Amino acid sequence: MPSTPAFGDSGVQTLREILDAHRGMEGALLPILHGVQAAFGHVPPEALPIIAQDLNISRAEAHGVMSFYHDFREVPAGRTVLKLCRAESCQAVGADALADHARDRLGVDWHGTTADGAVTLEPVFCLGLCACGPAAMVNGKLVGRADAARIDRILEGAR
Amino acid sequence: MKIWVPLDSAAVALGADDVAMAITAEAAKRGVEITLVRNGSRGMVWLEPLVEIATDDGRLAFGPMEPEDVPALFDGIDTHPKALGLTEKLPWMVRQTRLTFARCGVVDPLSLHDYELHHGLKGLRRALDMTPAEVVQEVTDSGLRGRGGAGFPTGIKWKTVAGAAGPQKYIVCNADEGDSATFADRMLMEGDPFTLIEGMAIAGIAVGATKGYIYTRSEYPIAITQMEKAIKIARVAGILGQRVLGSDIAFDMEVRVGAGAYVCGEETSLLNSMEGKRGVVRAKPPLPALEGFMGKPTVVNNVISLASVPVIMDRGAAFYRNFGMGRSHGTMALQIAGNVKYGGLFETAFGLSLGEIVLDIAGGTATGRPVKAVQVGGPLGAWFPPSLFDTPFTYEDFAAKDGLIGHAGLTLADDRTDMLKMARFAMEFCAIESCGKCTPCRIGAVRGVETLDRVAAGDPSAIPLLTDLCNTMKAGSLCALGGFTPYPVMSALTHFPDDFATAREAAE
Repeated sequence: MPSTPAFGDSGVQTLREILDAHRGMEGALLPILHGVQAAFGHVPPEALPIIAQDLNISRAEAHGVMSFYHDFREVPAGRTVLKLCRAESCQAVGADALADHARDRLGVDWHGTTADGAVTLEPVFCLGLCACGPAAMVNGKLVGRADAARIDRILEGAR
Repeated sequence: MKIWVPLDSAAVALGADDVAMAITAEAAKRGVEITLVRNGSRGMVWLEPLVEIATDDGRLAFGPMEPEDVPALFDGIDTHPKALGLTEKLPWMVRQTRLTFARCGVVDPLSLHDYELHHGLKGLRRALDMTPAEVVQEVTDSGLRGRGGAGFPTGIKWKTVAGAAGPQKYIVCNADEGDSATFADRMLMEGDPFTLIEGMAIAGIAVGATKGYIYTRSEYPIAITQMEKAIKIARVAGILGQRVLGSDIAFDMEVRVGAGAYVCGEETSLLNSMEGKRGVVRAKPPLPALEGFMGKPTVVNNVISLASVPVIMDRGAAFYRNFGMGRSHGTMALQIAGNVKYGGLFETAFGLSLGEIVLDIAGGTATGRPVKAVQVGGPLGAWFPPSLFDTPFTYEDFAAKDGLIGHAGLTLADDRTDMLKMARFAMEFCAIESCGKCTPCRIGAVRGVETLDRVAAGDPSAIPLLTDLCNTMKAGSLCALGGFTPYPVMSALTHFPDDFATAREAAE
């Protein structure tokens, strides 16, 4: 499993800079959480109480918001994040079989990370590529008309 | 040599960036000067990456292009194996009525010069010369209805906000296009972002809102980047800011990014999300028009609704209204998807039949196998079998057949599709994405998955139970996520009973 780096003073410093950058923004919490995840690769548990205090909300509320949204991670992902679309249009062109192939090859289920920390497999429900499915996203890069061979090449490159 | 290579997400997903790089490299290698424009998609996804080259006769199209095809572009475009002829003479383009998408794929998305050359900002300039009430009236008279899915008359919504008291009002653009089979919002934001900016500015003028937000999905990284760039350019050009195009009116906007929750496409869930809360659905009343973002009067409109406003203001309400059928006025941007031969974006006046769309325009399935069913309106829409292909594509006609057009996405599925599996997925998706507020949705969806598994195992009592559960979800859910999940489930059961019976028959 990927190790969670220590938050420490540098973490607090980075977080304070993010909070300062969002000061005065109407409804700032989601942009803040996006900023935190971009900086740390996940939303460190140490960050939530600091964010809560800054925004004058309860820790429960901050945790509630973070845990509601699929994007925000409690722990870092693997080095490669492979997202496969599971929605209807992609299913119509074989996304289910493709997903089974990926889970089989990786030996993980949805949201799982390989033991060597190389790949995290996530479901996604629509990338807007519905006329060229099956759709996938590899570390943010879009892939259309994905097939087993393409997935294998991606996973090969992710070692 | 002027060459266009789309930066649209579908084109990029099919290799457009590699093609663009190959073109730049080949041009450099041959010492040929080129102007490379990264445009939006023309909407013919089966031809992407679609490269266009300027000629005296018009733009020639080549596609689907791969890097290996690039050198031949410089050798002789007439004999290129991927040559398609003039883009605008292609049947898919000729058959459309592109009002909202007129510029998409044509212009450089980030060139204001290009935008104005193609009628951009005419609507905004006219709106600035009218009173706010006159702008509202024009939009009302056009017959424009919310293109997100609800089909609520846009002018009436604007009138409500215009009449609301308060020092601060907002325009919120719902760009959380989470439905499978929909990508029109994305294509427009990537290919013609200024149209959305112009539409929102006009909305601001009409209702007295000085601030706009575009709430878009995190799954749309290219659209996010394009909108942010376009907003910056618009500010520098004085289209956004304290004095819109030099007037006394202030309007500015920013992009807000969602975080992977489908339910945040529901307007009140979206508003809660924008306020930094869990995306829980709110009861109505109060309407967002009166108490929306931060409790203030807010127009919440879909991307296509707002992007249709500039052409309405430019050409006038009667021009727009005259397209369409019955009470469905104007045009609809169909998004044809799934197992489809010719998939993509097709803007047309309301009134084509479903069969014409699926079999004629889209050419049926990609596999060549028979179309078993088409889900119209996204994951919360009904599956229509071929026997309903004579249904005209309007709000009212689809409602009369227990369906909906929603955001006009269509998923084609061939005869290998197991409709029980699709019904089960509808419940599974609802369970994953439920905001949790309503018991019929939160618990019902989970029970729905279990009940469908019982159907699959041959349990005869499961089907009446499923029907009863669907009734409860339909009647007892606060929003369309729980409320409309019964549409795909019951339509699958009604039209494809064999898929739900086989296990029982096998058991017997």
